[in-house]
Amino acid sequence: MTHADPTMRKVADFAPALFQSTEHHLCSGCGHPVAWRLLIEVLEELQLVDRSIGVVGHGCYTQIITTADVEFLQCLHGRAPAVATGMKRMLPDRAIYTLQGDGDMVSEGLAEVLHAAARGESITCLMLDNGVFGDTGGQMTAATTVGQRTKTSLDGRSEQEHGYPIPVADIVASFPGAAYVARGAVDKPNAIARTRRYLREAFASQLAGEGFSLVEILTMCPTGWAVPTDQGAQYQRDQVESTFGLGELRPRSTT
Amino acid sequence: MTLVLREGYDAIAAAAVDAGCRFFAGYPMLPFTGLLDAFARELPRNDGVWIQADTEIEGANMALGAAATGARAATGSTGQGIALMQETIAEAALNELPLVVFNMARGQQDYFQTTRGGGWGDYRTIALAPASVVEAAEHTRLAFELADRWLTPVILYGDHMIGFTQTTVEAAPDHRGATEPDKPWALDGSTGGTGASKVVWTWRQGKHNTPGPGPNRHWQHVADKYDQIATTEARHAGRHLDDAEHVVVSFGTTGAFVDYVVDELRREGHRIGTFRPVTLWPFPSVTLGDLARSAPCRQVLVHELNAGQMIDDVRIAVNGAVPVHAIGGVSQDESGMRQGELLDVDTIRERILAATEGARR
Repeated sequence: MTHADPTMRKVADFAPALFQSTEHHLCSGCGHPVAWRLLIEVLEELQLVDRSIGVVGHGCYTQIITTADVEFLQCLHGRAPAVATGMKRMLPDRAIYTLQGDGDMVSEGLAEVLHAAARGESITCLMLDNGVFGDTGGQMTAATTVGQRTKTSLDGRSEQEHGYPIPVADIVASFPGAAYVARGAVDKPNAIARTRRYLREAFASQLAGEGFSLVEILTMCPTGWAVPTDQGAQYQRDQVESTFGLGELRPRSTT
Repeated sequence: MTLVLREGYDAIAAAAVDAGCRFFAGYPMLPFTGLLDAFARELPRNDGVWIQADTEIEGANMALGAAATGARAATGSTGQGIALMQETIAEAALNELPLVVFNMARGQQDYFQTTRGGGWGDYRTIALAPASVVEAAEHTRLAFELADRWLTPVILYGDHMIGFTQTTVEAAPDHRGATEPDKPWALDGSTGGTGASKVVWTWRQGKHNTPGPGPNRHWQHVADKYDQIATTEARHAGRHLDDAEHVVVSFGTTGAFVDYVVDELRREGHRIGTFRPVTLWPFPSVTLGDLARSAPCRQVLVHELNAGQMIDDVRIAVNGAVPVHAIGGVSQDESGMRQGELLDVDTIRERILAATEGARR
């Protein structure tokens, strides 16, 4: 399938040829597959398919390494920004990115992402944030929003009992080493289109050697949130986006 | 050949660069810090990359990432910091990534950590234990070679004594520019879109169109490889072993003290020899076992400065052929950074003589 203007096609029509299989184990209503597709689409658009390596953490999204025809290293939980740092320093002309969840990046791997950002490391970190450890059955993470239902906060995350979520993208955006930071979503077409632009900007800033880049992508997890599949997107808008607002948190200074 | 006076830390870092090491990341901890400093000086001026990591975990994973691109890469710490790296060391082993880890230890209490490890899975790490600065430099080169040959982490077990001792070493050894093996497994991003793009994953499931062996077959392959290493890479050093009635086993820098004492006792007519595993893993069990079963051998003494760790491997090797006795013990000096009063030739002499007289009675 060819399109004259790739930015104008319907997302639903598009299955990138780089996916060797469109089958996956993710639940109905999960936002991850849309994020996978955006990533692969942007790698194609920026002609990075044969000069990029993804360092992938532990979560539901990890399965992309078995289906997408690009190079991956599946690393230890939380450590992807450190592994990506070692790679980037040895392969400075390649696009090196991480793919992590909020459990991976904010709970287990907070040190790695913050230090990579502080160093201004020329890597791109992507966080799929659904506020739960989906792969282990829907437990609370350090990014679960107050009031959000998870298996370990059945009545919703409580400030008194569980404290507050860590807004890692906002923190990183305040670092001088960060060249580009944005938070997108995949719950509706215009959000998807914006998120794709954020990904393009993030990779472009890496290729231009501007510094560290991070894109947080809010993804629906109706299974983990214990809401009906078709209500996942609305739950995200009501529950998550009220804490984690969308947009460019640190735009590129050169554009 | 030009000889220069070098401190152990500098000798190791220079040997690493000479062996083609292009990446080092580490976090300060005494007495490893001297090596971190030496790499900070050596690598950048030799087209390498040095990063001060913000945790040992981060440093080890940075080195793992660099190693995954095929670059010779290393990290290091003391045993206490290497405790934090165990998960990463196991990950490198199961991913078959060559990774060199320098343990500039605070003493000899890291034998179990070095030879057993604390990571997950059926893995091993080759472990080299130099007794001197010269040997440490040789072992550094060997560590990178073994890591590449067997696609495994290799630990070099040094200590403050190696780090802070100055000695003459070759300034520019002949190995510089030594060729490295082909690394078809290394990631460089170029295989994306080919239908056979690479993926590094301990489960080795491959991709949809190019499935891998899967976890069980892969992990069995890794275990079989370590069996092969065990039979081919065991190394040891020994002195006066042909007719030794008493064999003293020690490792690392302690071995130099034991050798000194045993040479002295030999001159006085005692039939004593020394046996020092150069590889802590694989432990040279076959050689030591043969020695213990040889006619003159009456007992094996183990001098290690811990509560008894290597003695387990000695007992496995000796397998009851002769008695095995510990003559070392826990011995840390008050700084906490180095071996204590049991690392002393008079003490070692007394303990060896007491044990040999005991055997005569």
